[in-house]
Amino acid sequence: MKSVIAENLVKTYRKGQVIALNDLSLDVEEGTVLGVLGPNGAGKTTTVRILTTLLKPDSGHATVSGIDVIKNPDKVRELIGLSGQYAAVDETLTGWDNLVMFGRLYHLGRQPSIDRANELLERFDLTEAARRPIKTYSGGMRRRLDLAASLIVKPKILFLDEPTTGLDPRGRQDMWAVIQELVKGGVTLLLTTQYLEEADQLADEIAVIDRGTVIARGTSDALKKQVGGERLEITVENADVAKAQEIVARISGNATHLDLRTISAPVSTGSVALMDALRALDEAKIHPLDIGLKRPSLDDVFLSLTGHVAEETVQEPIKKKRGGKK
Amino acid sequence: MKFAISDVMTITKRQLLQLARVPEVLVFSTIQPVMFVLLFRFVFGGSIASNQPGGYVQLLMPGIFVQTVAFTLASTAIGLAEDMKKGLIDRFRSLPISRGAVIIGRTFGDALLNILVLVVMALAGFAVGWRPTSGILQTSLAFLFLFVFGYALSWIGILVGLSVKEARTVQSVGFLVTFPLTFLSNAFAPTTGMPRALQYFAEWNPVSTMVAACRQLFGLKNQFGATANSWPSQHPLETSLLYMVVLMVIFIPLSIRKYKNFSS
Repeated sequence: MKSVIAENLVKTYRKGQVIALNDLSLDVEEGTVLGVLGPNGAGKTTTVRILTTLLKPDSGHATVSGIDVIKNPDKVRELIGLSGQYAAVDETLTGWDNLVMFGRLYHLGRQPSIDRANELLERFDLTEAARRPIKTYSGGMRRRLDLAASLIVKPKILFLDEPTTGLDPRGRQDMWAVIQELVKGGVTLLLTTQYLEEADQLADEIAVIDRGTVIARGTSDALKKQVGGERLEITVENADVAKAQEIVARISGNATHLDLRTISAPVSTGSVALMDALRALDEAKIHPLDIGLKRPSLDDVFLSLTGHVAEETVQEPIKKKRGGKK
Repeated sequence: MKFAISDVMTITKRQLLQLARVPEVLVFSTIQPVMFVLLFRFVFGGSIASNQPGGYVQLLMPGIFVQTVAFTLASTAIGLAEDMKKGLIDRFRSLPISRGAVIIGRTFGDALLNILVLVVMALAGFAVGWRPTSGILQTSLAFLFLFVFGYALSWIGILVGLSVKEARTVQSVGFLVTFPLTFLSNAFAPTTGMPRALQYFAEWNPVSTMVAACRQLFGLKNQFGATANSWPSQHPLETSLLYMVVLMVIFIPLSIRKYKNFSS
């Protein structure tokens, strides 16, 4: 069964001059994770806002758990949890204050709200900070508290809008662990992200969106196959370029790409290819300036899917003439 | 809808909790009006000839009371704009809570803060010689007027806060509106010294009618409106009441509708 369905969503701003969503359709199978991957301005947040009843589309249709988000927003709100791009909690209050308040707003009753707050603080490793104002929290702690606030009534369907944007690597890792834990618990999750790696880690399926519409869908493996997987990348002194190129070609078995002194080629054997390359370079007495495996980035996905790099598209349509459509 | 009241109370409680967690806000929102009382009483009080038994402070206090509650407009708007900017309003709107609870709760919170501020100011006024002579009933009625006036204005603040998305803009707009309104009035000086056009404006200004109403209720003779002899200046109580009702009838539904249809 599909838990979330969006069909042909269109949303424009400024009387049609800015197209945020252009006939976007997607769906999420119950109990799975859909990663919505796209650059800034692609329409990720707009999609989430429509699905969570915060925004009405100009046209199109969306249901959550079979309930129409436009006709029956109150019903939908009872079923979903939302954690947005910015930690939407009261910063002057403590973490505990916030969770109890949200519990009350979910109509849990006083004691159950308090119990649930304590439980969530414990679970998200925030018990020590519970009595401190959110202002004093680190970015990662804020996000965890924000996530906790969206889990108060154990929603079956969760929307996370860029849950790790702006976090340091450590905070990102922690957040991933927390989300993975949730997914094990059977929650249906729609997650937006700018990072291919994040979608890769967390999502069963990925929908790539660009300029307000889905341009590719599939599992992470399928997408990567399309992009070409990992690349071996070596930078050497000018004098060594020819020789190094030979080595890279031999190891990868694919055509190499040369950019100044940097040689790259797709490889399928991962770290084995890297070690082979190091060994071969050593034998040839070449000292690489830089060597590594490059995982495909969002840019690579975009380059291969659309022929252009991931760019911020939100400002672009403004320049167009009134009523101009893509 | 059975949770509507508890939703409103939760939101109001949140604001009181904020005051408890950041007591500075409370301190500063009471220090400012008290400072006004002291400044006007001691700086201008000596040089403004009032012919008022009991001194200028008797005329001054109603003015400062009204000015202070008038600033509720700005503080409600600023608080709401900040919540919107931080995404808190989005979070509230994604919850299954009753429509309007978020903004009604905020107006209640601001109203409660007003009660506290009025009490502190009354004490400060009393300390520097302010003495209402009309008895407990009339004096209480004056405070009720002030309270309701502040409440009505905070609904304008809701609409402003929802319309202007940047808290700092709201602050500027708030002061841009409330300063002329409070000074183009009889709050601090008699309107008879103003250019004629301004005198007419001042007589219809709700701040003036409120100040005149409070003065009357505190037991002073109504000397307001010598120029136009307009209806508001002769019936400040009725006019003020009318203003409050009209403001609420217009702005409560408007604000709630704006909140429900709000999208960014």
